[in-house]
Parts: sequence; C-alpha cells; structure tokens
Amino acid sequence: MARFPFSAIVGQDEMKQALLIAAVDPSVGGVMVFGDRGTGKSTAARALAGLLPQISAIADCRYGCTGEQRGTCPDPCTSGRVRKRDVPFVDLPLGATEDRVIGSLDLERALRAGEKAFEPGLLAKAHRGFLYIDEINLLEDHLVDLLLDVAASGENVVEREGLSVRHRAKFVLIGSGNPEEGELRPQLLDRFGLSVEVRTPEDIETRVEIMRLVAANERDPAGFAEKWAGEDEKTLKQIARGKAKLAKLEPGEDVLTDAAQLCLAVGADGLRGELTLMRASRALAALDGARSVKREHLIAVAPSALRHRLRRDVLDETGSTARITRAIDELFG
Amino acid sequence: MTPADPPDPIQDAALAAQLLLIAPASFGGMALRGSSPARDLLVQAMGESGAIRKLPGHIDDERLLGGIDIAASLSAGRPIKQSGLLAEAKGGLLLVPMAERMGDAIAGRLAQALDQGDISLILLDDGREPDDSPPASLMERCAFHCNLTHSRAATPINLTAKTALDLGAVDPLEDEALEALAATAAALGVHSLRPLLAAGQAARAHAALTGRRVPSQTDLAVAARLVLAPRATQLPPAEEHQQEDTPADPPQDHGDEREDTDSKRPDQTLDEMLVEAAAATIPADLLAQLAKGQAPRKSSGSGSGQRRKSGVRGKPLSARPGMPHGGARLALIDTLRAAVPWQAIRRREQPGAERNAILTRKDDLRVRRFEEKAARVTIFAVDASGSAAAARLAEAKGAVELMLAQAYVTRSEVALIAFRGDNAELLLPPTRSLTRARRALAELPGGGGTPLAMGLNAAREAAISVRARGRTASLVFLTDGRGNIAADGAPGRKQAKEDAEAAAKAIAREGIDALVVDISARPGPDAPALADLMQARFLALPRADAKSLHGAISAMQPARSAA
Repeated sequence: MARFPFSAIVGQDEMKQALLIAAVDPSVGGVMVFGDRGTGKSTAARALAGLLPQISAIADCRYGCTGEQRGTCPDPCTSGRVRKRDVPFVDLPLGATEDRVIGSLDLERALRAGEKAFEPGLLAKAHRGFLYIDEINLLEDHLVDLLLDVAASGENVVEREGLSVRHRAKFVLIGSGNPEEGELRPQLLDRFGLSVEVRTPEDIETRVEIMRLVAANERDPAGFAEKWAGEDEKTLKQIARGKAKLAKLEPGEDVLTDAAQLCLAVGADGLRGELTLMRASRALAALDGARSVKREHLIAVAPSALRHRLRRDVLDETGSTARITRAIDELFG
Repeated sequence: MTPADPPDPIQDAALAAQLLLIAPASFGGMALRGSSPARDLLVQAMGESGAIRKLPGHIDDERLLGGIDIAASLSAGRPIKQSGLLAEAKGGLLLVPMAERMGDAIAGRLAQALDQGDISLILLDDGREPDDSPPASLMERCAFHCNLTHSRAATPINLTAKTALDLGAVDPLEDEALEALAATAAALGVHSLRPLLAAGQAARAHAALTGRRVPSQTDLAVAARLVLAPRATQLPPAEEHQQEDTPADPPQDHGDEREDTDSKRPDQTLDEMLVEAAAATIPADLLAQLAKGQAPRKSSGSGSGQRRKSGVRGKPLSARPGMPHGGARLALIDTLRAAVPWQAIRRREQPGAERNAILTRKDDLRVRRFEEKAARVTIFAVDASGSAAAARLAEAKGAVELMLAQAYVTRSEVALIAFRGDNAELLLPPTRSLTRARRALAELPGGGGTPLAMGLNAAREAAISVRARGRTASLVFLTDGRGNIAADGAPGRKQAKEDAEAAAKAIAREGIDALVVDISARPGPDAPALADLMQARFLALPRADAKSLHGAISAMQPARSAA
C-alpha cells in the first residue's frame, strides 16, 4: 500500500510535533501515542519514515554499520562501499516470537554447512531507524522485557541456542495503543521520551476533509503522492536543517531553571523528565530554526514530555494534561 | 542545592561499587534499584574499571552453563563442547538488567555460581512496588543494595581511584568490632548471617581503600551503613532519637554525622554508635514502612496469579523430552542437540544410512515449553441496593480503583458485579484497564431492593468462567447480608434468605476464595452467617474507607481456600 503523505494528515498537531522532534533528535527517546482506533496513529508513524533523509551505511551490511564501523558487526561486513539507504522503519507485529525479534541461530546454515551463524532479527533491522509497535499495551510481557532492555542499553545481547552475539540496536521506539484495552507497564512507559494523546476529530468539517483526502489517495495514490510531494519535501528539509542545527543549540540557564521548576510543580520525579524536557525543547527550537531555546518551546513540549511521568493518583480524576497546563499557567502565567 | 539536603544516594552507591571492585567474589555483588541516569553512569564507570558481561533475560540454560556446540559437532561428527556464560564471566562482573523480572530457574543457577565465588552480580532493579524486586536468593547474596531512584547525579563517576592497601594487608576484625556489627544487625532486625559476614568484609575493604591496616570505627560505620541499613526490618530500639517523632522524614544531619563517627560520644558504646550511623541512612520510605510495623519485601499477596507451564505461549522455558502434539511444538535445535553425540555410534549400527543425514531417534525429540503466569482476577460483587448507603458505594468504587492501580504491576485483573432491584449485572468484565473501570464505576447506580442470591450466583458464575480460562479467581462481597429479593426476582424476605443460603453454599462447594465485607454502619449477624456458609472470611468495616478495604483485600490474596 502506498504510504499516506505526512503533510496530508489533518490535525493531530501534537502527535506530528512529537514525531518530528523524535526524528530530529533520536536521543529524546521515542514516542508513545495513546488514542482510540482510527485516529491516524499508524498512518502518521509510517508516513514519518518516508520523510527522513537517507543514511549512509556499508553496502549490504545487515546491521547498518556506518563507514567508520566497518567490520565491527557480528557478520562482520567487509564491503568497501558505503551506500545511501532509507531510514529503517520496522513494524513489530504483536504475535512476533522472541527469535524473530532478537535474532536466532541460522538453522539452514547450521544443518547444511555445520556453521554456527546468527540470523539477525527485527532489532538489528531497526538499528538507526524506527521500531514501531502498534497496540504495544497488548504485547506479551517477555517481549516487553526484552525491548525495555535493548531500548535502554542501545545494544542487543543474545545468549541462547549456543550463540553469544552482541550488536548495536539503537532505534526510536514508537508505540501506540488504546489505554482502554490494557495498561502499559510503568517501566516501559518511562522509557518513552514523549507521550501524546490523540482523539478522533469531532467537528464535521475536519472529518469530511479527512474522508476527502483518503478517497483522493485511494483513487490515485501516485497522483496524490505527487500533489503532496512538495509539502513533504519541505518537512524533509526542515528535519535535515533541524538535525544540523541541533548541535549548535544549547539551552540557557533560564530555560533549565524553568524545566526544573515545572517538573517540581507537577511532581514528575526523577531526573529523566527534566532531561527529556530539555532535549525536546531544544529539538523543537532546532525545527523552528530559532536562534536559541526559549520558554515557548518548553511550554509547547511540556505536556508530551511530562504527561506520562506524573505520579499517578487513581482517585484523582484530573487528567495529567490538565495538571501540566495548570502548572504552566501558575508558573509562567 | 541547600546544605540541608541529604547527600545524593549516588555517593554511597559509588563507594559500594569501589568496595565491590576490591573483592568482587566476597561481596557477591550489588543491587541498584531505580532506573535513573545516575545508575547508568555508575554502571558505565564500573565497566571502565573491568570487563562486564551482560546477562540478558532470555538466556537459556545452554548458554548459561555451556553444553554441546551443535554446529561444530555436526561438522566434526563428534560432540564438541562449548563453555557457558558463567564460565566465560568467571572472576568478573555480570550485569543483569531488569533483575526483578528474572525467573527462579536462572536465579537458582546464579545463586549457585555466587556461592562458589565464581562471579559477582550487578542487579539492575526497575521494580516500582515494594514487592517487585529481584529474587530473594540473589538479593541475599549481594552485599550492597542501593536505591538510586531519586538520585539527581548527572556527571560521570570515577571509580578508578587506587586502593591504598592490598585487602590482604588489612587485619581481620577484632572481637569488639565483630560484636558491634552483630549487635547492629540484631538491632536492625537483620537475621541472616550472610549480610553480617559481608559487612565485616566491607569494613576491611573500606580500611584497605583508605589505607588503614586496622579497621577503624569509620570503616565499621560505613559497613553498617552500606550493607546492614538497607536490609533493616525493624527500627533500632528507641533511644532519644529525633526520628521517633517524625519517622517518615529523611534524617537531615547525617552529612555531619559521617565525619563525626570517629569522635564518639563518651556515653556511647561502639555498637550504639554503629546502630545510629546505620539508622541514619535507612531510606525514608523504608522508615515509614517500618514505623507502620510492616516488614518490607514480605510477600503480601501481590495479587498475581500462579505460574503454570504452557506448551503454546508465554516466556520460553528450557525444552524437555517429549513428542510434539497437542499444540506443543518441536524444539528443533534441542532435538538435534540431543541427537548429535550419538551420531558416530548410530552410524556404526546403521551402516547403510545416508552420509549427510542426521540419525535421530524418538528419544531425541524435544518439545518447547513456555511459562505463562496465570492472571488473578478479583471479582467484586457490590450490593448497590437502597439498604447499602450511597456513601458505601463510593468506598467500594475507591477500593476497586486501588486494586486496579496495582494491577499493572501484578498483572491481575478486576471485575465488577452490581446487584440491586431485581437483577445482578456484570458491569465490568475482567479487565486491567483503569480507564474502563473508572467509567463503569462512575455509571454504577444505587437504590432498590437487595437480590442477594442473584448477586451470589452471578459472582459464582463469573468465578467459574474465569477459572475455565485458566486464571485464579477470588470473590469480594460488599454487602450487609440482608437480602429481600429471591433468586427468581420475587420479593419476600424468607425466600430470599433461603436462596441466598443455597447460593452461598454453592460457592463453598466450588472452593472459591471469598471475602465478605460488611460495610453497613451497624453490622448485623446476617453477613457473618453468610460468610460462614460460603466458607469465606468475614470483615466488618463500619467506617470503611477505600484504603483500609484495599488493605483487607490484599491481605486475603495469598491464602488458598481450604477446599
């Protein structure tokens, strides 16, 4: 199926902002999208993959080694050529087996040639790109454990079936799910840098607009893609510029103080919240092409960066988002 | 930071790491709780001062202990052994991420290796709840427990400082020191001997670190603080401690206390001084727990279900001999592995066999096994009739929500049945979703007659269907036990009572765990009688609030019913 162009997605600004931030600065650490079915979660995540500048990697390397990393993967790769390739976007299906995810013994080679070879799994494939898990809240526990560990350490260590292999696996985790169908383990939630909540658009006009666009895409995918190619190109350039600009931006003392105060006010404990808030504001400033990181950037990313880190009070009906907005109003007026 | 702030927990953790690196084998390792950037930095620093191997949670016995290298054996035509991770990591550090999720089987192997002094562990513990911690067998063997959840350290840590003395050059502890440590352990309620031995070793290692041939009081105080304090199960006997008034407050002055430890006050014996040093660092949350009289880390019935073996889904376990059938899948690798050593012999027995074929026998067949944790489902049956006041309903709702809040840690589920008027309704099928539960609860209406028998029957049926899906069910009734609607919906107190009794007996026959909570303002004799017939526990909570109700339910969880 042809990919729906990112720019053609109507509304859902917070989700789009979060995805763009993750694209500019992967160290923000993944995006979790909560929401009902049919709100464009998967569409947006998949569309993003098509928007990223290509990466260069050793030709045919199954682990996506960069030029400097030649020969450091388990294979090891030997080709002298470095080629451009698309940023990997891996869809992890709910029913995936552990073998498929982390990789396993290449049985065919073991039986035929008596060679012990490692067949890389989805984690290797996702290195330097995105790992997308739809309905992540329904993922089996042991797979969640495995992902948590790899997402945290950036490498996949395999010790099974007589294999002892480690390879780089740094990826941006994008998860989506509907909280009505099951909660996500807090440990996993904590690993996501940003979390956004999406809702089905309620006003008739937007809904009609969406239907119109989807119908146009179905009727003539090629033409539709072409029509939006210009817009998508702009976003692509924006991301590329943002990436380049990121290193030069350093949040000032005032923004750091703001971040610390806000975290304290909403009761998001741990240093991780502050770090994410700082990184996300910087990435947004880079996207905007701003000269410095400002308070407005901080305020724009605060709900996404902190929403899932608030201490949960089950008897408090006030949503996390409301608590954050309230704190922002009180602190920064 | 203001000077009144207590020192960051990373300081003690870094010190513990230094001591561990001096004699890894004799300390067994350290447990680092709380996933914070500080923990990552510490682990990184430890990696810089020596090789660390990582033990992924999905490791199999084969790789852990070593076994036959199947590929090499196949090509060589004879069994070729390969060593396991434990052997490869011998004498070094083994990093265990998400140790709180570790299976008992692996924990057992590691405990064995620890006892032999082969390895030492760094347990990374991401648990959130007190019950959610690494296997007790490993926690016991790891000398140092540090909680870095609230650490704010963000700068790289340097552990490469040279130790001033060789550990061997430090004298063994004197009797007085040994007695003081033992008394400290006793005062803190640390009963096992392992931590006590580790504390003695820690005192010596600290002496070596700082260049003292004879361990001093400072060394002993550090040992008490690092090894004994985190394990405290009771508060030291009351002296005129300032903590007594405000047990939940972290002590404010222990930064000074640390420097003071050598200049002991004249009226203090050595062990009093050690107890004080240790008590000063007992973490605030532990202190609060202790003050309430609860020992930490005791299984309080976390609400999770029993584990069971499954041939179809769940966490992979080691394969076992057997025929693949009934959904059990062939474990090809393990089957081949079983066949490989016999190839030479079988070939001799069967000279006509094709050269490249692997000769397998039925005995070689292995099937995969998986472990599935049977979820526990707590079914609340709430009397929403007019006789149960509206306020009571609110409390029941609160308790359900509290149960659910725990649910995503323990993987337990909650269901809700309400009975009022002339029917009993399953308002909330078993779920883990807080959002859904909250909505169902908000819509729970009140008022009308009390169809008690219907409520009991609906609860029993729900429990049976939960069981049929392989999960553990327990029932919680919130009622005053006074029904006035019979099982067929007809009003009438007498028939209602008989029907309710019959329904209660049916629950007893099924052997379902049950709890009856009378939340009416003036508890009468009906609810206890009902509980009796049901062989259930009974609890009268005339002023129940959500928290105490939740506590009562948690307390009931570990017990299996007698039937």
